[in-house]
Parts: sequence; structure tokens; C-alpha cells
Amino acid sequence: MTAAILVAIWAAASRLAASALFPGPLDVARSLAAAAAAGTLARAVLTSAIRLLVGYAIAIAIGVPLGLVLARSDATKRALGPLLLGLSSVPSICWLPLAIVWFGLSEAAIQVVIVLGAALPVTLATESAVRQLPPTIERAARTMGARGPTLIFRVLLPAAMPGIVTGAKMGWTFALRSLMAGELLFVSGGLGQLLETGRDLADTALVLGIVAVIVVLSRVSERILFGPLERAIARRWGTATS
Amino acid sequence: MYAATKEWAAHAPSAPAALPSPASLPVPSVDSSVRVVAGELGDARPDPLAIAALNGVSLSLGDPAVSILEDVSFSVGPGEALCLVGPSGGGKSTILNLLAGLVSPTSGRVLWEGKPIDGPARDRAVVFQDAALFPWLTLEQNIAFPLELAGFSKAERRERTEELLRLVHLLKFRGSYAHELSGGMRQRGAIARALATKPRMVLFDEPFAALDGQMRELLQNEVERIVRATGTTMVFVTHQIDEAVRLGDRVLLIGARPGRVLGDVPIDLARPRRSGDAGAVRLVQSIAAEIRAEVEKVAREEADGAWGSSNSRDGSDTRRHLGGGI
Repeated sequence: MTAAILVAIWAAASRLAASALFPGPLDVARSLAAAAAAGTLARAVLTSAIRLLVGYAIAIAIGVPLGLVLARSDATKRALGPLLLGLSSVPSICWLPLAIVWFGLSEAAIQVVIVLGAALPVTLATESAVRQLPPTIERAARTMGARGPTLIFRVLLPAAMPGIVTGAKMGWTFALRSLMAGELLFVSGGLGQLLETGRDLADTALVLGIVAVIVVLSRVSERILFGPLERAIARRWGTATS
Repeated sequence: MYAATKEWAAHAPSAPAALPSPASLPVPSVDSSVRVVAGELGDARPDPLAIAALNGVSLSLGDPAVSILEDVSFSVGPGEALCLVGPSGGGKSTILNLLAGLVSPTSGRVLWEGKPIDGPARDRAVVFQDAALFPWLTLEQNIAFPLELAGFSKAERRERTEELLRLVHLLKFRGSYAHELSGGMRQRGAIARALATKPRMVLFDEPFAALDGQMRELLQNEVERIVRATGTTMVFVTHQIDEAVRLGDRVLLIGARPGRVLGDVPIDLARPRRSGDAGAVRLVQSIAAEIRAEVEKVAREEADGAWGSSNSRDGSDTRRHLGGGI
């Protein structure tokens, strides 16, 4: 309903502006349909999605263990904590020039940006989630004989899951942002490049269309990836679903 | 410290005289007065009959080190229900953590069947004040968890879990998560989980402190029933004297800052007990008097110290020192 009203306002505004630089919803839909028919849209979405999933998986694989170590080892925390906090204030796209120097205009360069963007929030969220666990959870587990990997994988990580999932969700948003920024900057075949193409051709309808596609994809992917997890957590911990 | 304890012993009220009790009531032997153990502390030898013991245990934590426990010695007999009672922050929970193997003493020895404890073990289970059920597991899975760690098969786990759920009357709630249970149900679940691997000793860390009076009484009955039925040794920490007298075969009074054993009171009341029994009430009152005397003694010492220092050093406003050292 609200969406319909917004689209109507958009259509009215675009008609009022009567400019090629401000396309209406119909122009955008037409342009998207054309891109879809030509197959460029699907290819771009697929390229970006695979890139995103790979980078994100690496970021989780680094972030969760690193956060766990930071929470459990005060020496590591003292050594790395300030560095990581400092790094987290740097937008990950700032690493792209360095990544390009190291890896050239390649897949690896974009992956570096995605991983750096997503791993930090995951790390910090995991660390604080593990640190803030009620101490009796671990004590109870230890009196039952849980030690080492059992303690970590059967107790600490499940106990910290609500915080970790919040961090992982934030990491996903960061990964998506880093991906788009990285793809904009060189020929990469993804959605970001399609945006660039739209700009080159002054095809504002296409640019707006791609933005809409990104919005929809990010919402849908969040639902698919985190919806079931968040529902399971709400059921177990008795917290409200967002 | 030693002298002070002696002095305190001299002030201890004598045994409450046995009142004529109605024939219908079980006659409690109320001549069991507070036995002061200070004199025995120095030469505490391991009791060969004890299942667990603390031998001259001191513990300091933090930097600068704060003394939590000082020269604590006592032993627990097999099948005994020992209650530790004393003011809050007195190191009672620390004693429990030592027995659980979660903490190591700075000096002295913590013994389990005559051998030093070097970590947690399955034959010593703990019930925590906040129940500490795992929120990501159902009640049933929580109880099965220690069984799984101990290597029981799936069939054995199911059977034992059901038995325990029945024991604590929670069979209907087997599929519930902790947040769906009331405080009393959570504690019963935690007790079932602690009993799962049939530990030789269960350590209770103020498990009913957050519950209302009626629920507490109900759970005290449950604990008594379960512990009797399973023959488990129990160490039960509480700051409520009536709870200690209700549950214990013996009550240890633990002083505060630093924690130490002030008295050792056998509770020779017949079981099953009720909180309102005349004998129990008298014991509670005499123990309360001991603890009050201790608290007052500490307060007086602190106040005197402040007087002395302020008068001799600078003569400044003594009121500024009231409560110093608290």
C-alpha cells in the first residue's frame, strides 16, 4: 500500500520534471525488462551474488574464530584489539587501491574489499557476544566435563549465537556495500558494472532500475539467510523478532 | 583473629534448654549447641571418612590481592547434607567453586576422596543460583547434555532423561525452553541436569535465593526428598539460616572478609522436617545470634580502628571514618 503511494508520487514527480534525467517508474520498468530480456541483468546478478557469497563466507570463516580468540585470550585482545577498532573505522573500499596494486584488476582485489568490509563487524560482534555470556553457562558446562573444542562448539558458540547472528547480519550489509563500491570501480561483470554502464550511456532509467534490484536483492537475501536463524533464536531465547 | 574468635566463643549463648515438646511431635535433640571449631583449625588432619575436605585453604584474588578465604578447614562425610551459611559476600560461593574444581586455592588443599582436586569432574555437580540452563536447548536436551558428554548412548540418554524429568515433575515441560519456564521450574530442571550423571556430590549455590517463600519451601522439600532418595552428598550454600537448618545435617557458619569457618552446628532434627518446627526455630535463633555477634564484632573492630587512627594521627573529623574499610 505504502509502496503503491510512493510509486504514484514518484510517477507524478517524474511527469512534473519532464526530464530524461528523472525517469518515471514505467521507464525504469521498461529499461529493466530490456536488460532482463537481453540476459545482462541475470548475468550481472549471478556474478555479483557468487562474488558476494564467496567473500562473505571467507569473512565469516575469519570473523567468528577471530572474535572468539579475542574474547577468550586477553593477550590477543591487548595485542589486536586497538588495531581492529582502528581498522573498523576505515571504509573497506579504501583498501581497493592497495588490493589492485597487489592483485591487479582481478576477482581477488574485489574479494579483499568484501572480506575486509564484512569480517570486522562479524569479529567485533562475536567477541562481545562471547564476552558477555553469563559466567555460569561456562562454569556449568565445565562441571559437566566440557573442555576444549566441546566447550567452544557445543557451549560457547551456541550460547553466543544471538550476538553472532546480529553481527553476521551487519557483516552481510557491509559485504554488499563493499561489493558494489568495488564493482563500480572497474570492469567486473556484476551489478556495479551495470550501474556504471547506465551512467556511461546516461541511461538514468537503467541506473534507478539497478538500484531497485539491489534493494530487493539485499532484502530478499537477508530474509533467506537470516530469517530462519532469527526465528530459531527468538523461539529459544524468548526475544522478539525484528 | 584467633584471639577474637576465642572471645567470640566466650560470648556464645549456651545451648537453648530443651523445652517439653508435645508427644505427637518428633522430639528434636536441641541440646546440640554451636560447637566452635577455631581451636581445631590449626591441626586439621584429613578425616579418613570424609568424601571431600578443605585443609587450611586460603584464597586471594585480584591485584592488589584481596583475601577471600583464610585458613578454611572442614570436611564433608559421604551422604552428608552440609549447609554453609553466613553473610553475603562471605566467600561461601567461593568454597563451592573450590569443591567443584572451578577455582584453585592460593594455599592449602581441597581434597576429594583424599586426593587434591585439580579441575571439575562429573562426580561433583553444581546447581547455580541462576539455574544456568542452556537457552538454546529444550529442557529435555539440557538434561541429556551432561549424559551426552559422558558418552551415554541415545537410548540410555532418553531413558535417564525421562526418569529425571519425572523425578522433578517436569515431564510435561520436556520440550520447553528455559525462558518458557518459571523460576522454580528452571531450578528443578537444573537439579535434574545436575543429577543426570549420578554425581557423588551435588553443590548448591544459593539456588532458591531468587524465588518467593512458598516456592522456596516447595523446592526445599523436593531437594530433601531427592537427595535422600539418591543418597547423594550435598553441600548447600545459602544466606538464609532457616533454609540451612531445614536442609542440613550440619551447618557451617562462614564469616565474611575474609571468609573463614566460625562455627559448626550439627542439626539433629528428625526428617522430614518443616520450617516451623519448634526445635528448628530455636536453632535458627541461636545461629542468628552467633552471626549477629560476629557481624557486630567486625563492625566494632572496624569502628575502633577508625577511632584510633583518626585520634592519633590527625584529629580530623572522626565521622569521616565511619564505615572505613567496609
